[in-house]
Amino acid sequence: MTLVPLRLGFVPLTDAAPCIVAHELGFAAEEGLSLELLRLTSWAQSRDQLGAGTIDAAHMLVPLPIAQRLGLGPALPDFDLLMVLSQIGQAVAVSRALAEAMRAAGHPFDFADPRAAGAALHAACGGRLRVGVPFPFSTQAELVWHWLTATGFDPAEVTVRTVPPPMMAGAMAGGEVDAFCVGEPWASVAVETGVGALLLPGRAIWAGAPEKGLVMRRDRAEGDPDSTGRLMRAIWRAGRWLDHPENRGTAAEILSRPDYLNLPSEITERGLIGRLVVSPAGEMRQTSPFISFHDGAATFPWKSQAALFAERIAWRHGLDPRAAMTAAMATFRTDLYRHHLRPAGADLPGASSKVEGAMAHPHAVASEAGRMILHPDAFFDGRTFEPPSEPR
Amino acid sequence: MKERLSIIVVEKDAERALRIVDGLREAGEHDILVISEGTALARRIGERAPDIVLIDAGDPSRDILEELALASGPLDRPVAMFVDRSDAALTRAAIEAGVSAYVVDGLRPDRIKPILDAAIARFHLFQRMRAELAATRAALEERKVIDRAKAILMKARGIDEEAAYALLRKTAMDQKRRVADIAQQLVMAAGLLT
Repeated sequence: MTLVPLRLGFVPLTDAAPCIVAHELGFAAEEGLSLELLRLTSWAQSRDQLGAGTIDAAHMLVPLPIAQRLGLGPALPDFDLLMVLSQIGQAVAVSRALAEAMRAAGHPFDFADPRAAGAALHAACGGRLRVGVPFPFSTQAELVWHWLTATGFDPAEVTVRTVPPPMMAGAMAGGEVDAFCVGEPWASVAVETGVGALLLPGRAIWAGAPEKGLVMRRDRAEGDPDSTGRLMRAIWRAGRWLDHPENRGTAAEILSRPDYLNLPSEITERGLIGRLVVSPAGEMRQTSPFISFHDGAATFPWKSQAALFAERIAWRHGLDPRAAMTAAMATFRTDLYRHHLRPAGADLPGASSKVEGAMAHPHAVASEAGRMILHPDAFFDGRTFEPPSEPR
Repeated sequence: MKERLSIIVVEKDAERALRIVDGLREAGEHDILVISEGTALARRIGERAPDIVLIDAGDPSRDILEELALASGPLDRPVAMFVDRSDAALTRAAIEAGVSAYVVDGLRPDRIKPILDAAIARFHLFQRMRAELAATRAALEERKVIDRAKAILMKARGIDEEAAYALLRKTAMDQKRRVADIAQQLVMAAGLLT
């Protein structure tokens, strides 16, 4: 059998695991695909290569195709998000100086309570906080703004700066940022190099935060539905494999290889098994799951999440939020998800939108197979987001 | 409208930066500044307020420029947007060559094009040189390994150089592998046995 070649761009992060595992464990070959994984160094590069067609698909920040649709990027062909690759998995870290001040004031670094962490940080930072995020359009940027403004920070006190993940620890060591929010393994690298301490996992701020998505050009996804479907099914099966807890150690070994993260597997493993070292002194915190790839409909591209990101991006960039939400919802292809993953046996929710932030606990909803359990998606401050109704 | 453009080239490799600057000089009289380090990038670009910033598409610092491009207001914008939005072909050529350009909004396309064309040509040249260098290195390395494998065979089996090479080639053909791969295996195995 000849395999269909397909070029998939990824940025070296733990949440690229579904792409890497689909290739390494043969899920792609089973679907008749020969995946070529291209390691990229920046999100702008990923976006540009996808636009130019030098890669067929990309592991990409969920808000990036939304911003692209809103005209906040170069003029490239339309992108669509076909499925979510990972949910949660971010970590917030603070510099050693801030960590010491917070500890002296009694903060326990329990890696769990955003309210207490925000208040302690506010007291320690002296009215000025510079926070690194990996890209202007990233789940991390939204998490940081949501958390800080809900815990007493005035937006004027906060500067959010773009720092590429591998440079995050260096930026903190060099005193350019006081805190950052980034995907693993880069938060653990900062702890390991002694420059910072972990304060919160992303899930403590927003339990259902989608992090990376599988993004393709619309003309490519619609023009070659066969290989698009194969890719989606291969990655979906890789995600299912990854959400078996007993596979996470193996996944860490694979991801750590020189072609991928090129780091000791002991560091890569922390985020995957949810056992994080939060301070250079070696304190450990268990949080499970720290990152999800499959369970609880983690891969479903909820249109309501597209609307949520679009509304916030529109607000910050002076665009009309209603038009932005409508445009963004059209980039989340629940139709392609249903069409291509139904044959693989994916259970599919009855609706394509939900009220975001309403579930504090696992929750059963109507699905094509009857009932399916969704993971909690609550924001720590109880905020909810009602998406506009879907145009029919 | 000022005649000379202010251009910043972000490039760590000094030799490569020099070549790019040479190429740009051929495109006209401009003020060109090379920045080699990524950490203070935003500040230095802000101070200079260039008309154009050129950077390797694979440079991790690029995402910092994305933020600058978005954040700058209409009056204090150092860099407004990625390439001129009206010229899709030029954008595509730049992406394929691996050069990204951030250009001040409102700068006339006829002023941008010669600079980008020069940069694209230099980036292509560099890709080619890098590929050639890698190929030459690999070929040299392979020849060394084949020579060592021949020496091992000559000593172990008491044959001459020609026979040793013939044996390597026959083995490679039988196994449908490259001579260099067979030689590599032999050298490694011999290393383990001694």
